[in-house]
Amino acid sequence: MNTLFDKIWDQHVVQVVADGPTQLYIDRLYCHEVTSPQAFDGMRARGLKCFRPEQIVCMPDHNTPTHDQDKPISDPVSKKQVDTLERNAREFGLKHFGMMSKDNGIIHVVGPEKGLSLPGMTIVCGDSHTSTHGAMGAVAFGIGTSEVEMVMASQCILQQKPKSMRITINGQLGRGVTAKDVALYLMSKLTTSGATGYFVEYAGDVVKNLTMEGRLTLCNLSIEMGARGGFIAPDEVTFEYVKGKEYAPKGEAWDKAVAYWRTLKSGGDAVFDKELVFDAKDIEPRITYGTNPGMGIGITEAIPAEGDANFNKSLQYMGFSAGEQLLGKKIDYVFLGACTNGRIEDFRAFASLVKGRQKAADVVAWLVPGSWAVDKQIREEGLDKVLEASGFEIRQPGCSACLAMNDDKVPAGKYAVSTSNRNFEGRQGPGARTILCSPLVAAAAAVTGVITDPRTLL
Amino acid sequence: MKQKFDIITSTCVPLPLENVDTDQIIPARFLKATDKEGFGDNLFRDWRYRPDGSIVEDFVLNDPQYSGCILVAGKNFGSGSSREHAAWAIAGYGFRVVISSFFADIHKNNELNNFVLPVQVSESFLEELFQTILNNPGTLVEVDLPNQTVTNKTTGNSEHFDINGYKKHCLMNGLDDIDFLVANKEKIEKWERQRS
Repeated sequence: MNTLFDKIWDQHVVQVVADGPTQLYIDRLYCHEVTSPQAFDGMRARGLKCFRPEQIVCMPDHNTPTHDQDKPISDPVSKKQVDTLERNAREFGLKHFGMMSKDNGIIHVVGPEKGLSLPGMTIVCGDSHTSTHGAMGAVAFGIGTSEVEMVMASQCILQQKPKSMRITINGQLGRGVTAKDVALYLMSKLTTSGATGYFVEYAGDVVKNLTMEGRLTLCNLSIEMGARGGFIAPDEVTFEYVKGKEYAPKGEAWDKAVAYWRTLKSGGDAVFDKELVFDAKDIEPRITYGTNPGMGIGITEAIPAEGDANFNKSLQYMGFSAGEQLLGKKIDYVFLGACTNGRIEDFRAFASLVKGRQKAADVVAWLVPGSWAVDKQIREEGLDKVLEASGFEIRQPGCSACLAMNDDKVPAGKYAVSTSNRNFEGRQGPGARTILCSPLVAAAAAVTGVITDPRTLL
Repeated sequence: MKQKFDIITSTCVPLPLENVDTDQIIPARFLKATDKEGFGDNLFRDWRYRPDGSIVEDFVLNDPQYSGCILVAGKNFGSGSSREHAAWAIAGYGFRVVISSFFADIHKNNELNNFVLPVQVSESFLEELFQTILNNPGTLVEVDLPNQTVTNKTTGNSEHFDINGYKKHCLMNGLDDIDFLVANKEKIEKWERQRS
């Protein structure tokens, strides 16, 4: 009651269906090429036009290659999906940020950086990591393709109102500990289903002190605890980030918007369905050892000594033993990028650690900016020079090896240290073994060739 | 897809694994289609087939003992990616019901929107069901949507399951949410006017 989630949700209720879900108004729908074609087909089959086309933004990101984007995509099936999105956007009159346009990138990186995702909004996309936009102080969540079609047809969606949870993280993060480590810590505490049925508000000093990039990383990973979404009440950090963005309100409209956004916080008397409190001092740089993001440990810890059949199946897939420590374990691939850690701050962190060192000779490293805007900033800040001097190459933006729908696939049996969001079996390629971590842990592995505590190199 | 629901009685396919994510249900490399057809062939692809295309004999979908239109899975079924392709794969393979002790949110909605019924049961009911099916693959389960009950016909044990009245009506009558929303446009326009 009287939580920020209640305020934003309740404000968007068109009606509550008798003995049924809520009809919720959606301010922003994002579409990518993988989860939208069948929705557009459905619209055509029903003879419908988009109800509010100006509130829908499309861009390809999942299939896009991370090299030679100026040439046609070599995989004909990927090419067809990307071309289909462009054609559908044109037919239905929707904004489309095509590949190679300066506006393109991963939806969850582009939306916030262009001011398309704003505090107080309801935001959906056919993608579970839509929770990312919650960092703006928005109610943002992933949906299926049928639901994408609902929003195209009516700018509304039918949903049961989730329960509310507040996760407070007090204290101050230690050296080398990032928002990613906080999220990985929460996942291992809550498991991948611990927040299912809930919308999470993140609070506490740690959250307040995160930069916008860090907040986007934290909210991005809400779904990995099962939560439908996660968000952070907007504050000066948010307003400073949004100000001047291409699609953000300007002039008088800006002042009016900020005045409203300042009211977006949970009341002092807010009652959450569940409250959890954690302390930053318990969080160290983290890695995962299993096949779901909840199977994580502090980098200096050992894998648990025993577990159930699911645990054993995971370890067998990963080629790890119960009770084993992973420090010093040889790795093969490093991936910096994804909607989780493909932002400028992630590249700064990675570059700060590899500066003056060299990439380990037998490590393959894929550094993939989340958007062309991130790529531009990398170059403006001279990070490209630092990375190149250390033997790293910057690729072109897209989802890339996070789910390996393009050519960036980790071969079977190889270990990939990855800043992405999922370590499921086969996620980065059939048989690939994923170890999730922060950009700092990834950088430390990239220069040493083994799992390394980044604090020893800072 | 819009097959009306009533009472379904069938043998089951048991998948006693927890946290089955949608990447396992349908791996990302099969998401490139622009229609909804053919996903059933790749349901649990990397558990069903080896990389060289040969069959993994001991995976349950390849075990001729087990068949039927009810999939029984461990808790937290459908976690991870929001891909509705997972629901298309389940429906495309021929499953009409998935029984588990816990479902991930987005996947649960995706099943419902594709006329696949997610039936959430207690841990103890699920555990007994697994045991019964593994002991006797011919075990029948009855899923009665009108009365919202699920019954293990071998043991006779029955449980009530939850579904909201609106969705139940949709499933039983072959209606979907878009029909409902499009019919409600005036309310949406009114909401927009009041907001501005």
